[in-house]
Amino acid sequence: MAWTRKFLRVNLTDGTIKTEALNMDWAREYLGQRGLATRYFVAEVDPKVDALGPDNKLIMTTGPLTGTMASTGGRYSVVTKSPLTGAIACSNSGGFIGAEMKNAGWDMIIFEGKAPSPVYLYVENDHAELVPADDLWGKSVWATDELLHQKYQDPQLRICCVGRSAEAGCLYSAIVNDLHRAAGRSGVGTVMASKNLKAVAVRGTKGVGNIKDPIRFMKTVAEQKKVLADNAVTGAGLPKYGTQVLMNVINEMGALPTRNMREVKFEGAHAVSGEAMHEPRKSDGKPNLTRNAGCFGCTIACGRISTIDRGHFSVETKPEYWGNSGGLEYEAAWALGPDTGVDDLNALTYVNFLCNEDGMDPISYGATVAAAMELYEMGVITQEDTGGIELKFGSAQALVAVTELTAKGEGFGKILGLGSKRMCEKYGHPELSMTVKGQEFPAYDPRGIQGMGLTYATSNRGACHLRSYTVSSEVLGIPFKTDPLATEGKPELVIAFQDATAAVDSSGLCIFTTFAWSLENIAPQIDAACEGDWSVEKCAELGARVWNLERDFNMRAGLTSADDTLPPRLLKDGANTGPAQGKVAGLAEMLPKYYELRGWTTEGQLTPETRARYGLPS
Amino acid sequence: MLKSLYINPEKCTGCLQCEMACSYELEQVFNPAHSRIKVFTFHDAGRFVPYTCTQCDEAWCLKACPVEAIVINAATGAKEILNDRCVGCKVCTISCPFGTVNYNSASGKVIKCDLCGGNPQCASACPTGAITYIDSDATGLERMRNWAEKINTQYAA
Repeated sequence: MAWTRKFLRVNLTDGTIKTEALNMDWAREYLGQRGLATRYFVAEVDPKVDALGPDNKLIMTTGPLTGTMASTGGRYSVVTKSPLTGAIACSNSGGFIGAEMKNAGWDMIIFEGKAPSPVYLYVENDHAELVPADDLWGKSVWATDELLHQKYQDPQLRICCVGRSAEAGCLYSAIVNDLHRAAGRSGVGTVMASKNLKAVAVRGTKGVGNIKDPIRFMKTVAEQKKVLADNAVTGAGLPKYGTQVLMNVINEMGALPTRNMREVKFEGAHAVSGEAMHEPRKSDGKPNLTRNAGCFGCTIACGRISTIDRGHFSVETKPEYWGNSGGLEYEAAWALGPDTGVDDLNALTYVNFLCNEDGMDPISYGATVAAAMELYEMGVITQEDTGGIELKFGSAQALVAVTELTAKGEGFGKILGLGSKRMCEKYGHPELSMTVKGQEFPAYDPRGIQGMGLTYATSNRGACHLRSYTVSSEVLGIPFKTDPLATEGKPELVIAFQDATAAVDSSGLCIFTTFAWSLENIAPQIDAACEGDWSVEKCAELGARVWNLERDFNMRAGLTSADDTLPPRLLKDGANTGPAQGKVAGLAEMLPKYYELRGWTTEGQLTPETRARYGLPS
Repeated sequence: MLKSLYINPEKCTGCLQCEMACSYELEQVFNPAHSRIKVFTFHDAGRFVPYTCTQCDEAWCLKACPVEAIVINAATGAKEILNDRCVGCKVCTISCPFGTVNYNSASGKVIKCDLCGGNPQCASACPTGAITYIDSDATGLERMRNWAEKINTQYAA
């Protein structure tokens, strides 16, 4: 059990809301969250659908452990077809709204159609209604959050919504919840805005129960919390430095993509690192980092709560940005910093605030700015295009200026809102876009961490580190150390990580637990809570089933094996320095073996045997 | 030895494990809405503060109750609600200066912290030590130790 066993189906076109029983046969095969939502999505949506048309659907879904005491059990996912990639999108967020949805009694909300004018969904336990949102349209995420809290006079109301970037059609807009957590990647916020759906506000007071074996569940949950507390990464490194613990580490190994991935080491890395966030500022003696924070139920608490120096040029005349808010995490710090060559911690924190305030994926956004900077330095983009902004690598002023535009969808920000691929194509230089399937790379150079090259190339949602984080093995030695420069053994490693990750993403737990936990630690928690037999083997099989189902959707959507590739810069230009100097991403050495191990044809299509093995719909 | 819940907000990350543990112990569901301990977020200040009943010696709630439904647990010192006596009049919720007694519309009774009979689950669940259950007569000990550590005697001699 642990599921509420029911979900809401919201038809935005005709304004109706229905309660439906959860398909428990699917729940037993796909568990919840990413897996279960994907099963519903492929059953209901034509893969060739226009991502921004009314026939695309958007599913918000919790896992069976969401809202329970299992550490990190607060996750929810958003599944839809991505306007950025044309592939299936699944973006995952923490914060508090997932648990609130579950507390209100819902496993999932399926949105279909398109509202004739802006609306938001209000849910209070069994009561769900669509409310006109004309007064919220045109408002930022932060303003929307404040207005809804004022309206309902309920501080416990949990809200997710889209900002002005999504309304303006920025293709990598996020759905932001609890002010600074986000279902960040692949433009899920853009889809939400395309449906005239501004926000979802939830209040749940029913509680989460239905635990199969409560005594066993509480015992295993307590044991596993201790495993997280005793682990050096989840018990010490992440609480203290957040994911920013990686900035100096990845830079030292020459795998920190710099200036649109032209280089692999950034001379200013320390200034924007997790360590620097602890150092007192000259102006007021306070560090950037105020404290760490946890999402719902999380005993790791890697979240960053930060302030910007009030005297910094970005905010000196804007007191509304002087308070605390969500600070820099590694991927955001990298994309906004090393990839644009900017080493100004205050500027990056401000830009990160803006990404939260108006709902932009900071990875895609920063990487797009980096590509624009390269085009600017080549003279392809000019000040005429940028409206007078000198968009040079390393310019904090330029970064701040274009961010303020992109957040609101104004001026050159409209071009940046296209994402790196479409922008580079527009200016005649598709080779300068550091993307796979149209989605921008995160913060690991695959020339120095070879497994990540295969990870990016085969990720079902375009370039992404959270689909198989082989950095764990290749850099940190978790669960065992592999050579980051070797390609041998990487197809096996990537598949194991992809499957385990898909299982974790279907449970309601956070992938960051896997620095300390393997499926051996996770499966018993699922098994104690959920009906059925959730062994380690069954969880791994669940992950493989989800992976293959996503892949199948993408193939039917028209993607081919030609999309499982990397930009020429990574395949042809050797790393400029460091341990990987001269090395390129060895994708060709890994991809055929990967297809073979996956049980796919040499064209990357699922075989009938593979389909049958996982019981996939034909 | 009488023990008290001792809260150090500096250590709180706002994860709500305490609220889940509390509601699970008392209602067998994970339901922060019914937790007797609440974590408050002060977003702009970047602070999280857990707050619950401090078990006053001379308890306003106990004195205000017209039906003697609030009694002292002799072992723990907790002021406990007797559900079969509580009539849901809510006078205790008004008399408590700290707001830690609250009405539960589902049961028609009031709810407050009862220290879980001497094994408060919020303290056990807290991952950072922000909530501890310690000697009532020495709740300042950790703070004293932290200050004591700063005292440098090497120049005194």
